[in-house]
Amino acid sequence: MAVNPDNYGLRLFVRYLVLCLIALIFIFPLVFMINSSFKPDSQLLADTSSLRAFLPVGDISLNNYFGAFRRAPVGLFVLNSVLVTGVTVLLSLLICSLAAFSFAFLRWKGRDVLLSIVIATLIIPFETIAIPLLLLVSKLPWIGLDGLHWGWLNSYRVQIIPWVADGLTIFLFVQYFKGLPGELIEASRVEGASWWQVYYRLVMPLSGPVLATAAILKFLVMYNQYLWPLIVVQQESYRPVMVGLGYFFQLNVAWGEVMAYLTLITVPVLVFYLLLQRAFIASIASTGVKG
Amino acid sequence: MASKLTLSNRAGWTFVLPGFALISAFIVLPFFFAIGLSSTNQRLLSPNPTQFVGLENYQQLLGLAVVTLEPERDDAGEMLRNEAGEIQYPRLREITRSEAYPQYRGMREWFRWQSGENVMIVIASDVVFMKALVNTFLFVLVVAPVQGSLALMLALLINHKVRGINLFRTIYFMPVVVSIVVVSLLWRFIYDGQNGLLNSILQALTFGLFQPVDWLGNPSTALPAVMAMSIWQAVGFHMVIWLAGLQTISPTLYEAAAIEGASRWQTFRYVTWPGLRNTAVLVLVVITMQGFALFAQIDVMTNGGPLDSTQTLVFQAVERGYGKQDISGGSTISVILFAIVLAISLIQRWLTRER
Repeated sequence: MAVNPDNYGLRLFVRYLVLCLIALIFIFPLVFMINSSFKPDSQLLADTSSLRAFLPVGDISLNNYFGAFRRAPVGLFVLNSVLVTGVTVLLSLLICSLAAFSFAFLRWKGRDVLLSIVIATLIIPFETIAIPLLLLVSKLPWIGLDGLHWGWLNSYRVQIIPWVADGLTIFLFVQYFKGLPGELIEASRVEGASWWQVYYRLVMPLSGPVLATAAILKFLVMYNQYLWPLIVVQQESYRPVMVGLGYFFQLNVAWGEVMAYLTLITVPVLVFYLLLQRAFIASIASTGVKG
Repeated sequence: MASKLTLSNRAGWTFVLPGFALISAFIVLPFFFAIGLSSTNQRLLSPNPTQFVGLENYQQLLGLAVVTLEPERDDAGEMLRNEAGEIQYPRLREITRSEAYPQYRGMREWFRWQSGENVMIVIASDVVFMKALVNTFLFVLVVAPVQGSLALMLALLINHKVRGINLFRTIYFMPVVVSIVVVSLLWRFIYDGQNGLLNSILQALTFGLFQPVDWLGNPSTALPAVMAMSIWQAVGFHMVIWLAGLQTISPTLYEAAAIEGASRWQTFRYVTWPGLRNTAVLVLVVITMQGFALFAQIDVMTNGGPLDSTQTLVFQAVERGYGKQDISGGSTISVILFAIVLAISLIQRWLTRER
């Protein structure tokens, strides 16, 4: 097959043109968000009728950022989200990998039944259990430093504990562990290692990829939480970033400040994503292997 | 010997217990709770004791009937008409409030149509729920094929090894990592009726001929607007799943197709597509599940309005269960939602069964 070089060059050019146009479609709202966060409201709203919406032109300042911090406890919301997300991700990695370790390597009575139950929960969307779960957590007991009290609403624990274990994370770990050589585990058992040692010294050091996948998926779910904190956290002191957004929509809406807040809570995730984009995309792809 | 090494009831249960206990308490238990609550009149905070009400909640949601209104006639049997010449019909409430029809008590009009001389009216116990049900199905029926096929096109486009392709893949995937709440808020600017970006672009393209539309404020465009945004946000997610599927197809099949002189369409039709069958089912099921869970977009962009044109099942479940503290009503909607999702999972099982 002879390839006409001019034709090839033209086709390559068209291909890149298409790729770039599509890229614009995906990127323009974010460009708009970041640029608008530097503009005063009057200019921000006027600019949406022209290409200026996507350019940092005109009266550019950081005033909206200062305004956002004055209007709402932005630092507190970010801290709450980071705390809830961080603790949940760490607990989830530990508890789900332990359970998966048991499912994948040990044999015990009831294993198959329990694993089937865990897998079956994959088809229960969170949205279908949110309301009964709300009733449940509103009545659960908790023992704190100040003694026993009832009800979990308005706390960190209500945002963390129900999200620690889930079927998908356990399933991802089980799939990965089944790919590890079982002889290695048996060999270290012969040498007298306890199960905890096998888990901690042998299996975990081999589990980098699946730990990254599980952590990224959990991170995305937790940082972007909306429905659940919306219904269980009314107190400002425990609010995460997405629910804190409501603050900017009381009385008069200052759009510049909204854009500054959105930029503040979104850009760190985007930077994180750009740095680890291969891992992010691989983790989504690996959820596609299920079923 | 080897089998004894891995046999340990005590260790097995100990390792599994924390995770399994959490899943039981916060996923399995609330799930059965939902079924139980849907047969009671439980409220979040109530001075009255909870009572068992059987299937009443379901009847309250799902009650449907068709009534026929015949024209009003005078003593001679002639149809009565008003000054404009329109046929006069009895009022619907004469039926829904009549002692003669206890089964229609409390039901309201959903929609009506003309059938000859008569008017047919579909009445429902809960018109808002019915609208939510229809909107949710409409959303899924439009978004699943459109998003799925756009994602496949993107995957095919991105699956070529040209320089810089990773950059484009990264950009296309970017909206997936941004919170749907943030995205929904940004798109309110795009859809704004006066100065919105979409109206500005359409006016520029038509040299000012295009009349601005209040996309989210108009009952006929609000749901399509939410659909378009949802497709935009998650299409990169499904592109990545398609890409994973594409990479499982053996390159030798493509070589064989090239040797046979297959056209690009033939290659797609007879090599690529058959290799993507399971991926296609998976993509459709995931989109469907996400579609039935539609909530944040509605909460941020439209609150179910205008005129209930963007009500959805989850939005209704939350509005009742949390907003109105009607736990049993919200749970009933949740159970109906789960039944739909389960049915779809079973269909998926059947489609991907081993043959």
